[in-house]
Amino acid sequence: MENLIDFISQPWHWAVSGALIALTLFTLTWMGRSFGVSMTFRNMCTVAGAGKKIPFFNIDMKEEWWRMAFVAGGLVGGFLAVTFFRSPEPAAISAATVSHLADWGLSYPEADAKQLGFVPTELFNFGNIKGLVLAIAGGFLVGFGARYADGCTSGHAISGLSHLQLPSLLTVIGFFIGGLLMTHLIMPLLF
Amino acid sequence: MKNIPFFAVGIFFGIVMTKSEAISWFRIHEMFRFESFHMYGIIGTAVILGASVIFALKKLKIKTLSGNLVSYTPMELRIPRHLLAGSIFGLGWALVGCCPGPMYVLIGQGYWIIAVVLVSAVLGTYVYGVVKDKLPH
Repeated sequence: MENLIDFISQPWHWAVSGALIALTLFTLTWMGRSFGVSMTFRNMCTVAGAGKKIPFFNIDMKEEWWRMAFVAGGLVGGFLAVTFFRSPEPAAISAATVSHLADWGLSYPEADAKQLGFVPTELFNFGNIKGLVLAIAGGFLVGFGARYADGCTSGHAISGLSHLQLPSLLTVIGFFIGGLLMTHLIMPLLF
Repeated sequence: MKNIPFFAVGIFFGIVMTKSEAISWFRIHEMFRFESFHMYGIIGTAVILGASVIFALKKLKIKTLSGNLVSYTPMELRIPRHLLAGSIFGLGWALVGCCPGPMYVLIGQGYWIIAVVLVSAVLGTYVYGVVKDKLPH
């Protein structure tokens, strides 16, 4: 048993991770649902009562509770993974990225207080006004953009591309246009 | 009760996302700087295998648990909309380093600050709902 836990706890090869994401897609499809996480944001607006004034949020939650159960599971899965299957070392990002982040004043892996290499908490924490503003701005863009695009990474990059959808391919190209602009043009001005 | 299986699949997904490190701000940053193959390997493998599985399900006419054939409601092709909307999402994705799925996973890991990102994403969704008729689609 201990060997099994050690085996799972090592960082996973990208091919293993990719295959298991495809397995998630297969399972949800076989269960009669389509993979898409960002709809949960719309559901929260609906549950909060936004549908009374804005028809866009006037949706039948009966067909959506499965998705809320899925993301609640994701939350629990995240907890279980770092509690029982924590990797012995922080994420092994490339030396080039580590040295570039040092130029921005973010030392790796120390910038993540949990030492997992997941979130630069040195920037994103409740005591850092700049980090809070960036977290709010970034979250807003993700939520707004996902609904405008009618889907996020799971809906377009995984599900849509697997169904060979041209609109999804164009949306994913858009994800990269925005991501590259932010990473190479805007973030250098912020750090 | 009928949603418990989806909760279970969600737990599996949360573990996979954590162990794949696809929920890492640092991995996303590295991806947009083209300094590692890691994220491209994950997405590429997922899409190639996902497309093969979907193709097989459709070709073999395998029915889902609800008794239907696997289908997909296509979006209307609107090139400027896809690129523009996708770019807005991408700007946010690169900044906060997580897309919607990973937000839940990171909160579960105890990164409470990501709850701020999630609430803001819900707010962004709400604002989209308010202004959507004024946007080009």
